[in-house]
Amino acid sequence: MEPILAPESIDLIALAPVIVLSVFAMMVLVLDLWGGRNKTLLVFISLVGLLMTAISAFAKHPLPAYSFNDSYIVDHLSLFFICIFTLSSALTILLSVEYNEREDIRAGEYYALILFCTVGMILLASSTDMIMIFLGIEIVSICLYVLTGIRRNDHRSNEAALKYFLLGAFATGFLLYGMTLVYGSTGSTNLFKIAEFIQNPSAQSNPLLLMGLVLLIIGLGFKVASAPFHMWAPDVYQGAPTPVTAFMAVGPKAAAFAAFFRVFAEAFPEMSPSWETLLSIIAVLSMFVGNLGAIMQTNIKRMLAFSSISHAGYILIAIIAKSSLGSSALLFYMLSYTFMTFGAFGIVIILGRKGEENLEIENYSGLAYKHPIIALSMTIFLLSLGGLPPFAGFVAKFYIFSAAIQEGLLTLVIIAVLNSAISFYYYLKVVVFMYMKESEAEFKISLTPMTLFVILIGVIGTINLGIFPNTIIALASH
Amino acid sequence: MFLLAMGIACGMLLMTSLLGPKRKFADKMEPFECGESQLVSPHQRFSVKFYLVAVLFVLFDIEAIFFFPWAILFRRLGMFGFIEMLLFILILGIGLLYVWKRGGLDWE
Repeated sequence: MEPILAPESIDLIALAPVIVLSVFAMMVLVLDLWGGRNKTLLVFISLVGLLMTAISAFAKHPLPAYSFNDSYIVDHLSLFFICIFTLSSALTILLSVEYNEREDIRAGEYYALILFCTVGMILLASSTDMIMIFLGIEIVSICLYVLTGIRRNDHRSNEAALKYFLLGAFATGFLLYGMTLVYGSTGSTNLFKIAEFIQNPSAQSNPLLLMGLVLLIIGLGFKVASAPFHMWAPDVYQGAPTPVTAFMAVGPKAAAFAAFFRVFAEAFPEMSPSWETLLSIIAVLSMFVGNLGAIMQTNIKRMLAFSSISHAGYILIAIIAKSSLGSSALLFYMLSYTFMTFGAFGIVIILGRKGEENLEIENYSGLAYKHPIIALSMTIFLLSLGGLPPFAGFVAKFYIFSAAIQEGLLTLVIIAVLNSAISFYYYLKVVVFMYMKESEAEFKISLTPMTLFVILIGVIGTINLGIFPNTIIALASH
Repeated sequence: MFLLAMGIACGMLLMTSLLGPKRKFADKMEPFECGESQLVSPHQRFSVKFYLVAVLFVLFDIEAIFFFPWAILFRRLGMFGFIEMLLFILILGIGLLYVWKRGGLDWE
């Protein structure tokens, strides 16, 4: 009997970031058992682990490289995404230290879960096989369910975790059923083999395949919180600990978009007429639901949740554009979104009080008189989220819109620009409260070096990407 | 080989029935003897500790299932498969260590 499974198909160097991060995550998990109440060591190890992960991602040359029988890929898209993931996880951990102290979150598993979640995100962005995508999504989701409910004694956190878990499990069912149907009608779970099979026009009209595509869109659409599959987002974003909310709005969302891009732009480009319309409807709905919903909100975390739904709409346009310009627009958008979202949530954290208090937009009244620099940074983040030059948000939107116009998606772009205008209403509302209203209560700012560092990175990133976007655009458009 | 296996199985049955102590009383003669009475209302509360034990059992049970395909293909997978399995067991061991130290195995 000859040996099966030639080990050559397994390229461990290509898999280095996943391995390194898993080892660090397990280390954090085990060290916590002896660590006592002080979590500084865990924070340090987690940050080192994330740094090592980002470095080890560049170990593989030349690109693209494949591993595990073409189900795992290292290419520019995945490398860029790994950088975004490690950055967002590191920023989350930095934000968490002070927050966890205040909210009395003592679990060292918190950091291990963030690392494990990042492992899932890396797998998700690097997979070219539907089974791998499914595994990645599950690793990410399970960690997020726990992280959402980590404030065990708070009923809102519990409610959020339960809702997220039930709806998430339901969406996973849709996703898996879609994968089954696609596998049944194309004979493979590998994205490249599916793309090959689909070149045959008679294969494209298979109703089972179309049904599978629709179910895939539903499943992935849920994970990126796009309308009409967004119902969980506001409650979960509000109930989760604020650093986790920031994390959810950036990392896992970017990972789900990476999977979205891989599935639709790499496996089904031949069938684009059939999924383009559907995705366009979802994109338009997300923008309107997100922006109109955000106007009604009085809680800043809920407002940012709706704003993140509308951003999912803009990002979907980049996926519909599906050209190489579309993919680099996606990458650039995700990076600038990371900076502004973490900055904004960082400020929400330093203004918050124990027990998730002080999160109403009214609480921000008169902030500019007491703490002008904090108010100014918040203004920068909000204007950038709205898409005003000279900030990163503007360039990112501009980039997506030009990619879309090149593909002839003029109507979509017009709707998106209109929506950007709507979004200024609620972003500016916070600015108006900060600058033009009298403050009613004293502000208790709990500013630690780590939180300050995150906000500083947010400000620098937002302005830098807005004024000098060329380096990053060159990196994104490989 | 078959006779040996048959012999061991039958021998064990025979030995236990011959050597084992037999103390019969009413509770023991019931079809199930897991500490629960047979006829009770289903709306009963039971300790949440069972839940943890059940979850841990499912986790480790499912992970143990991976040993079977490996055992069947042990020779054909060779050294590579052996090392991979050692890694798998190591990770399982870390999980067990975590559960143990966290007190997941303590009943009180």
